[in-house]
Amino acid sequence: MNILETHHIVKQYAEHRALDDVSLSVPKGSIFGLLGPNGAGKTSLIRIINQITAPDEGTVLLMGERLNPSHIRNIGYLPEERGLYKKMKVGEQLLYLAQLKGLNERQAMEKLKSWFIKFDIKTWWDKQVEDLSKGMQQKVQFVATVMHDPELIILDEPFSGFDPINANLIKDEILELRDRGKTIIFSTHRMESVEELCDHIALINRSHKVLDGSKRAIKEQFRTHTYHIEYQGTLGELPAAFALKQAGQTDDGFQRVDIQIPPDASVNDLIRFLLDRVSLRSFGENIPSMNDIFIRTVEGSKSEGAKE
Amino acid sequence: MHTIFIILKREYLVRVRKKSFIIMTILGPLLITAFYGVIGWAAISSINQKKIAVVDETGLFQGKFKNDKESAYAYPKESLDAAKKSFVKKGYDVLVYIPKNVIEQPKTVRIFAEKSVSLDVQNNVERAISREIETIKLNRAGITQKVIEDAKVNVDAQTISLSEEGEKNSSSVATSIIGGACAVMIYIMMLIYGTQVMRGVMEEKTNRIIEVIISSVKPFQLMLGKIIGVALVGLTQFLLWIVLTVGLLTVGSAILGQSPKQTAESAVSSRVSSVPTVSAGGREAMERKLAAGGPAANIMAAIDTLNLPLIISCFLFYFMGGYLLYSALFGAIGAAVDNETETQQFMFPIMLPIIASIAFAQFVVRDPDGPLAFWTSMIPFTSPVIMMVRIPFGVPGWQLALSMVLLVLGFLGTIWLAARIYRVGILMYGKKITYKELSKWVFYKG
Repeated sequence: MNILETHHIVKQYAEHRALDDVSLSVPKGSIFGLLGPNGAGKTSLIRIINQITAPDEGTVLLMGERLNPSHIRNIGYLPEERGLYKKMKVGEQLLYLAQLKGLNERQAMEKLKSWFIKFDIKTWWDKQVEDLSKGMQQKVQFVATVMHDPELIILDEPFSGFDPINANLIKDEILELRDRGKTIIFSTHRMESVEELCDHIALINRSHKVLDGSKRAIKEQFRTHTYHIEYQGTLGELPAAFALKQAGQTDDGFQRVDIQIPPDASVNDLIRFLLDRVSLRSFGENIPSMNDIFIRTVEGSKSEGAKE
Repeated sequence: MHTIFIILKREYLVRVRKKSFIIMTILGPLLITAFYGVIGWAAISSINQKKIAVVDETGLFQGKFKNDKESAYAYPKESLDAAKKSFVKKGYDVLVYIPKNVIEQPKTVRIFAEKSVSLDVQNNVERAISREIETIKLNRAGITQKVIEDAKVNVDAQTISLSEEGEKNSSSVATSIIGGACAVMIYIMMLIYGTQVMRGVMEEKTNRIIEVIISSVKPFQLMLGKIIGVALVGLTQFLLWIVLTVGLLTVGSAILGQSPKQTAESAVSSRVSSVPTVSAGGREAMERKLAAGGPAANIMAAIDTLNLPLIISCFLFYFMGGYLLYSALFGAIGAAVDNETETQQFMFPIMLPIIASIAFAQFVVRDPDGPLAFWTSMIPFTSPVIMMVRIPFGVPGWQLALSMVLLVLGFLGTIWLAARIYRVGILMYGKKITYKELSKWVFYKG
């Protein structure tokens, strides 16, 4: 079941079309990576989902319903440009933000208490925000995003500004929220965290969605059927179907090659060929990293754009 | 509606808890009280009786000078030289010398004093002498005292405002003062609280909290909540000022042993009596008024005849209307710019009508029913200040109603306009904003 669907979203700013016919489906309970280069339209899309702006065309469905103001309570949003009132006390500020989300004071208090205990930040309640360090402020900000127990949590570059310890804490928190059935949309440039956390992704480039699906399916789609092999001995002539992509030596004196086989060929054929000729040290498939996929897709669509 | 309430509650509480608010709230009444205190003290201490010796060689002026609060006259039978010598010893402050030939040559009168002679004393002496000489000369010409008295016609016009409730005694000085005070107050409040709204919007923008908030509430709700919250801060400060000032003045005057009304009276009367440009005739008229309790008493009496409930309710209406009109525009500026220095270019055109209305007010006071007064009290950008000037003079009901309707339309208009700019501006960073850009924002969809 999809918690969020967008259908043919178009958003036009004066001379600039920020989103062009963008349709997405975010499955419930997933960690969904929304990827794209700077200025691709990610923030525009996120703002539409948050009802900060409205699309010029297309519809957004949240939990099967057309997006409406009552959904504000179901969404938690951590924008990339984030901040807090500097001259306000932490507790007071969070209570205020929770009330804006539609909680009453008692509910907000309850929820906040458990978060303060969880993060072990009870002593911060009466502190002014400006007296906290940047990392501490980020933690408060994260609490502000999730305190009203939203079904959909949208995080825009959540790890920027966190030290590794706090980043880990947030990462664990994200995973825990997912395990509790919440859905997380995760917009970032940091491909290693996409690799680690996301199970679905969508890639937006130049206002268009250029790629989406489960991470596994996308990786399958981007398979090159290339394998890396480290060995000793002489490889000799390759069969016509196999292509030598790269050859070199490792630091410790082994030969290293990348060999691509036809998509319909079996890996066993390659191994059989190798076994007869060289003594193997290691063998493995070159699985494309999200980073590779990102760069290939973005550059591919750029050259397409150039052809137009 | 509930969301706006949550927002305005925060805006209100944050501001009234600020140190600067508390300081201003306490300092304001203290300053006003201190101001009155100084004036009151000056008024009391200036009533420092001067001992004046009159050396009268003619013998005509014996007992002709009237002792009053300010001066006590003595008539020592000495020559001028002797009097000059004993002047300090006998404790005189001023020595007046009237030579024998004074009637023929009035310019020979001399006044001596250790320090400089106050204009008041000089005037009193001169007047008494000239009146006496006048009488003597007229007598010599065969005109009796009775004829003189009959010939003195005193015109002291009273201004009376005609209204449906009948004739009322009014003092145009009093109405001008009240109208002017209300107008200046509205002017100051609009500026102070308008810029507070602007700062508040900028704070949210530069702190980058804006996006978090508008993912929960509509930008319009946030803007309105802020504007109303700040308005309530203004009204609170106002109320506290009035309460504290009245309290302090009551306490202060209890110490001084004078009621604040009296303090004000003596303050005003002392100011009036030291105006040197008043011609003798006008002065006499004023003197007579002073004798009857002073112009301040007239003002107090005039205040009683004014329609205070109308003035107060109009004040609240025009304060709120003017504030809403301008604070929306100030809020829009705050949303459009990234930092304080950029605000200057946009502030100017907004400040212009506010400042202009204070400039117009000076002409309107003189001619509260003229065309300038009429038109500037209809235009919503100037009406809050100008109408407050006019109201104490009495404004036809239809004009008041029309002006109020126009003001309401005016602030609804500026709020609409501001909201259009606001919703785009708060999410716009690092862009140099021009008027062209702003006008584009107004027509953005969604």
